[in-house]
Amino acid sequence: MSKYKLLVISVFFVLLAACASQDVPDPDPTDTSYASAGGADTDGMGDSGLDDGEFVDYDPSAGELSNIIYFDFDSYELRPDDAEIVARHGRQLAENSGLSIRLEGHADERGSREYNIGLGERRAQTVRRVMMIQGASASQIATVSFGEERPAAFGSNEDAWSQNRRVEVKYTN
Amino acid sequence: MRKFLVNFSLIMTFLTGVAQAELDIVITEGIKRRPIAVVPFGWEGTGGMPLDVAQVIGDDLTRSGRFAPIPEDDMLQKPTSGVEMDFDDWSILGVEAVVIGRITQTGENAYSVEFRLFDVFGRDQLVGYRMPASRGTMRRAAHRAADMIYEKLTGIKGVFDTKVAYVTAEQRSGDRLYSLMVSDQDGENEHKIMESNDPIMSPAWSPDSRRLAYVSFEGNRSSIFIQTLRSGNRIQVSSRPGINGAPAFSPDGRKLVLTLGGLDGNLDIHVLDVNSRQTQRLTTHRSIDTEGSWSPDGRYIYFTSDRSGGPQIYRVSATGGTPERVTFEGSYNARPRLSPDGEKLAMVHLDRGNYRIAVMDVKRKDLLVLSAGNQDESPSFAPNSDTLIYATRPGRNGVLESVTADGLIRQRLASGQGDVREPVWSPFQRF
Repeated sequence: MSKYKLLVISVFFVLLAACASQDVPDPDPTDTSYASAGGADTDGMGDSGLDDGEFVDYDPSAGELSNIIYFDFDSYELRPDDAEIVARHGRQLAENSGLSIRLEGHADERGSREYNIGLGERRAQTVRRVMMIQGASASQIATVSFGEERPAAFGSNEDAWSQNRRVEVKYTN
Repeated sequence: MRKFLVNFSLIMTFLTGVAQAELDIVITEGIKRRPIAVVPFGWEGTGGMPLDVAQVIGDDLTRSGRFAPIPEDDMLQKPTSGVEMDFDDWSILGVEAVVIGRITQTGENAYSVEFRLFDVFGRDQLVGYRMPASRGTMRRAAHRAADMIYEKLTGIKGVFDTKVAYVTAEQRSGDRLYSLMVSDQDGENEHKIMESNDPIMSPAWSPDSRRLAYVSFEGNRSSIFIQTLRSGNRIQVSSRPGINGAPAFSPDGRKLVLTLGGLDGNLDIHVLDVNSRQTQRLTTHRSIDTEGSWSPDGRYIYFTSDRSGGPQIYRVSATGGTPERVTFEGSYNARPRLSPDGEKLAMVHLDRGNYRIAVMDVKRKDLLVLSAGNQDESPSFAPNSDTLIYATRPGRNGVLESVTADGLIRQRLASGQGDVREPVWSPFQRF
């Protein structure tokens, strides 16, 4: 258990916009995950040109990059919050070609075991693709899926399941 | 469904190589169990009888859920040969059939096991059989006798002389220990085939029941091994980049269907020739295609695919072609396994929020939910196509249950050893 101990991230909602602009790292301009929806359309031709944004949490442990990415049930899409974390891993790999990682995909216990191997692999591949967009090379990233075989939390409830639907980023070199 | 439930609980002790089974049977309400007598066998030899063969036969018949052996204390006579049989004594007790027998020592470690099955109402012998045995094979001789008795009385081939393979996971001082186990179908005679701190998955029997294929994550990557049970020798048959998973033998034992994911993680169904190691790719869809298994005639491979959005069962010709969808009922159908007679398709089916075992009649297409848990998985048919074994998770640990394909008799096999999963029933043993 302890080696899969969750990295606890203290979260403070920042109410003042002035504060937020100081504390939140600037998104990398090359980070394509932020160029979503109609936001790129800047000609101001009506209200539909810009989708609603979302408030961004303050993360005081931003220096320590989380190595666990969580996923929703039966989903292999990155949560918006995690896109930046994955991108930062990707940039780290891109800037240090000597680094290599193994992405370990996991699923919760529900459903068929080998199908869950597939779900875990899909999650690892989602993370891999975002890292490669950031410039990491394919040779730096290995993937493995353990499906439901290596749970981080035991128990048949949503709390345990949500901790088990994850990709762990392991630096191997 | 519930009113037919026969709830058995077989508590096994696994501390020694040969386990002591304790049968704890609770019948809530069930099908009528036929009264039968299994008389203690006679013994002619030095020292004690090597095995209480009558006990093994009686336990087998009891566990089938179809018979209720009467207690020894109720017996008015205990014949060990045909001439001693008094049918009136058994008529009074209302038993339908009587099993008698004897064990004769013929050498230092050589015995002759003889049994006879009598029909009380017809006042006749239904079957009589004598077989040679050693101390090591006497339990199998008893199971074979039970198989012959069961088939004579029900018309269904017995599966008492078969084995089950399964995977256990235990927490041992911070480490997780995964074990691949094989036991007799009654939980006795359990052997550890392989153990590892990395996950072991998806055991599959060869058709001659001499070998097991399985997935191992040794070295933090998946690979497929084939291990010969008797010698313990194993060969690695697939260790490609990415996923190597879900092996299943072809009916002739020469090929494995398996799932390969490759570097890009696109899981597809492949067929591997075990000798030449050549593979043929059968599916190319970008969805998850996995859990392939052969039809008994070898013509088709059934598999799980989420190409329609959620997992459903498809089949493709074993030589390649366009897959066709097989299941349409419900949002989640996975892990297809055809019965050896080819008539029924077992699967994991999402039934109103519960993952359960269901069988589909291949011709009529109707689906019957057989299990009652909420996380039931890994259905596997007995070689007689009449019974299935699967894993369920009533609490923290998985346990095994079996159920008849008509859903009428369900029983639990609770193991004391960690989390038990992925049971696979062996074919009929030919040696």
